[in-house]
Amino acid sequence: MSTNGSVIRIIIDGKEYLSRSGVYLIDVARENRIFIPTLCNISGVKPRGACRMCTVSVNGRYMTACTTPVSEGMEIKTNTPDLHDLRKAILEIMFVEGNHICPVCEKSGNCDLQALAYRFQILVPRFPYSFPKRTIDAENPLLVKDHNRCILCKRCIRTIKDEQGRSFFAFRKRGHKLEISIAHHLKDHLNKEIAQRAVDVCPTGALLKKESGYNIPISERKYERTPIGSEIESLKQSVIGDQ
Amino acid sequence: MERKKTIVATASLAGCFGCHMSLLDIDERILSLIDLVDFNKSPINDIKNFTEYCDIGIIEGSCCNSENVHALKEFRKNCRILISLGECAIMGGVPAMRNGIPIRECIEEAYMNSPSVKGHNPEMILPNDPELPMLLDRVYPCHEIVKIDYFLPGCPPRADLIYSALEALITGNEMKLPYEIVKYD
Ligand code: SF4
Ligand code: SF4
Repeated sequence: MSTNGSVIRIIIDGKEYLSRSGVYLIDVARENRIFIPTLCNISGVKPRGACRMCTVSVNGRYMTACTTPVSEGMEIKTNTPDLHDLRKAILEIMFVEGNHICPVCEKSGNCDLQALAYRFQILVPRFPYSFPKRTIDAENPLLVKDHNRCILCKRCIRTIKDEQGRSFFAFRKRGHKLEISIAHHLKDHLNKEIAQRAVDVCPTGALLKKESGYNIPISERKYERTPIGSEIESLKQSVIGDQ
Repeated sequence: MERKKTIVATASLAGCFGCHMSLLDIDERILSLIDLVDFNKSPINDIKNFTEYCDIGIIEGSCCNSENVHALKEFRKNCRILISLGECAIMGGVPAMRNGIPIRECIEEAYMNSPSVKGHNPEMILPNDPELPMLLDRVYPCHEIVKIDYFLPGCPPRADLIYSALEALITGNEMKLPYEIVKYD
């Protein structure tokens, strides 16, 4: 058995790579310019494996790349037709599970969920739309929460914290009523800068800042011309080109 | 011998006509399209009733009332291929924002309570002419009412997407889907 941090060899999509054992597979892939789609993962924050978008095959078993530390001899496949379809299905579920009316969403064009759907070229979900009854909560003076668009990824809860490590956001209610809330005892500390960070970390249009919006012209939005993930892959091109 | 033209019909159900506008946005390519296509029932030429069986039916908009359902079923009966064009047809779109709001609340808001009507409807009359189509309990994507063969998303769908789809269907070639033309807004 290799100890954490020792140099190991793994195979990703038939090619051998060197890495250090214990590093999360998603990070190894990213360092080597291999794009594995994610939604709930944030670099540098403890992974949660919630959305399952990053599911890959490790020695023939499906595992989430964000929570799997690499070890010697692992054989990983990141993009088989089955995996492609599995990820597509997960995205389609997210679209029918909430109310995603992109034409009226402020995040449209800059939304990670939508961008993944674009990358997978989802034309229509295979599942029926559920049209759940959800609320929009604009009580906070700086932020609007639109529960129609929240995918419950917990990115806000896991990253937006005060100096003592207390989260500004939390889940409340249970089951299909589960929703994001702003921690009551901290809401007075939620300033503009924190609000902006929350909006930025949210992969969807579930958290929006008040008093501003549609700041980026349509043709300049993040995912207008280049698919999500191409920032990782395009580096691969230039690295290969340099050699 | 002249090649038989493809017969296309179009309809706008609960939509804003933006998808039809986008169809016209194919600019000068409409000339080459006219060589390949004849339009049957469509708001573009104002033909009200089907006069022959069509190859392609293009549906903009979702089903929000009984008339929409009737029109959509007519299209299914009279078209070999049916396409859902745009977000409303595919997932309900903006009209579907009323899903989840009780129908009475929607109507009262529109005719009694909203700022633009408040005070202008003193007798509090709600539309009640039997000629009017009945609103459905919610807005339905087209493929929940009839079988739909192809889906072209966008709000509106990019003209290039519409053109690429029509070209592929007419010529039998594979459809080109470059990244830039499949969008949801
Ligand atoms: S959050 Fe993203 S996917 Fe949902 S409506 Fe907004 S842009 Fe569309
Ligand atoms: S509000 Fe945004 S970041 Fe928070 S759980 Fe919902 S989708 Fe994720």
